[in-house]
Amino acid sequence: MKRFYFDYAATTPTRPEVIKVMKSFWKKYFGNPSSLYYEGRLAKTALTNARKKIAKIINVSPEEIIFTNGGSESVNLAILGSVNFYKNQFRRPEIIVSQIEHPAVLETAKYLEKNGVGVISLNVNKNGIIKLNELKKKINQNTLLISIMYANNEIGTIQPIQKIARIIKYFRQKNKTIFPLFHTDACQAAGYLDIKPKKLGVDLMSLNGSKIYGPKATGLLYKRKDLELTPIIFGGGQEMDYRSGTENVPGIIGFTKALELSQNERNKEVPRLKKLQKYLIANLLKRIPKIIINGDLKNRLPNNINISILDIEGEALLLKLDELGIAISTGSACHSQSLKPSHVLEAIGLPHEFIHGSLRITLGKYTTKKEVDYLIQSLEQVVQSLRELSPLSLKEK
Amino acid sequence: MRKKAKKIKKEMDILSGIPWVYSKKVRQHFLQPKNFMKFGEEKKFKYNAVGMIGSPACGDVMKFWLWIDPKTERIKKCRWRTFGCASAIASTSVLSEMITKNGGMTLDKARKITPEDIIKELGGLPAIKYHCSVLGDKALRDAINDYYRRTKQYNKIEPGGSRIIDKVLKITERDIEKAIIEGATTLEKVQKKTKVGFGDPKCLPLTEELIKFYKEKYNL
Repeated sequence: MKRFYFDYAATTPTRPEVIKVMKSFWKKYFGNPSSLYYEGRLAKTALTNARKKIAKIINVSPEEIIFTNGGSESVNLAILGSVNFYKNQFRRPEIIVSQIEHPAVLETAKYLEKNGVGVISLNVNKNGIIKLNELKKKINQNTLLISIMYANNEIGTIQPIQKIARIIKYFRQKNKTIFPLFHTDACQAAGYLDIKPKKLGVDLMSLNGSKIYGPKATGLLYKRKDLELTPIIFGGGQEMDYRSGTENVPGIIGFTKALELSQNERNKEVPRLKKLQKYLIANLLKRIPKIIINGDLKNRLPNNINISILDIEGEALLLKLDELGIAISTGSACHSQSLKPSHVLEAIGLPHEFIHGSLRITLGKYTTKKEVDYLIQSLEQVVQSLRELSPLSLKEK
Repeated sequence: MRKKAKKIKKEMDILSGIPWVYSKKVRQHFLQPKNFMKFGEEKKFKYNAVGMIGSPACGDVMKFWLWIDPKTERIKKCRWRTFGCASAIASTSVLSEMITKNGGMTLDKARKITPEDIIKELGGLPAIKYHCSVLGDKALRDAINDYYRRTKQYNKIEPGGSRIIDKVLKITERDIEKAIIEGATTLEKVQKKTKVGFGDPKCLPLTEELIKFYKEKYNL
């Protein structure tokens, strides 16, 4: 059966150009970059050049890039690494995060909280954007780190990173301190937005390969030159001691290519997806009664549509669509291992009965208008069949 | 050429046997549900009992319409509607078959159906999904009570045979006791099993007392 993939925010297929550049690094150039002989030097050269290439793309120095095994690892290293390194300079160190961060951030924060670090969680407004005034009030002399995602993985909302950076900079100047440090999880943003750390004003930034048509389990952490981190993985001292373990050379080569291509193609891809997004939203609203769009429509990734379909439940919807060849995601509690509804949709104030019927549609490089039409038509059909089974008739606020 | 095809097949061994999310029976009932109340059928379907349980906020609502033969007090026909995940839909569908096959189940027998009976009929459910079918039997019992109310047999009405703790979901003290015996020794675990408090959060302090009581009673 032909499959229709609408979950590009979960992961993306690896693009052929990426597979092509990785190819020779599996068998032909398999050396360990730490070895002194020819095979090692070759691998090391490839690694060095990849680092330089990425440095150029995001306009930083090569030594500011730490390759990791993915987005979650980058985030863990950024948060744990900086807190562990700097915490002794504080009486009671605190970190500030937003309510709608990825679990990689929230669970790391939870772990730190158990170990005596204060965690302040910033509310978001009903559009899914943090309130800058609240941030201003919460920053204090104990704030070691602020971690705010660039774009949200569930509702695609884009946070005002530059404005946040300005608030932080002002606080630092006023108090003559280098704190708080500022980390952003830019994994979802990398394919669509400007991710130059200096332009954004961030000190730490996490990126990964699996959301930008690169290989899975690849990623990096950008770390401003003059900052230090305590490693979270110890061993042979690779990656300037910040991340031990033999480098995933083919993965890094592929990730580099993926980042290069996605940043190069961004200006063409963003308007194309925006058009599809607009078309999809307009048609869903027109053809399916009782649906709500979740999250800000303007400050939003061009590939994300998050809706709540009233009177039906998301897992059932997902599995019915799966039967029709469609891969899609939901924020319903029934879908999660913990039976907890999406924390992001909760944070924007959506009542539980609306979260249960939420659907995340994420478009990508290979999404065509034809596919979108198939989705609309299938959704219309499946919603009708599930509504026929449902005893509910909820009101749209 | 054939050798190559064989080699590829061998390499794909890692992909053999991709499972569905639930059992075959759940899939079947989810995709082709039986006995549900179709659009427009409400006015035509003759019934003498209605029961409903759950709340939209906690993610499951089930409704049963029954036609009970007043002479034999057997469930001759039934219709249902369910808001919930695939296993909730499938468990209501399978329950509707259980109670109407072989000339219809007697009310006495029907009200004794347990969540475990439904799960068994479905060919098993992941532990985390047990609560979905926990509700089906309660909606049914709610409908049976409704029948006795309508036929003025008030002495036969049983609120699940035990004190009701969660008024919205109609979770009884017996449900909680059973969950504790089965190893749910914390509030969180009892909630996972029974959903108590999801409908009426005000009952949580009482639930905690009950957990303490039964834990001591059974030395858990």
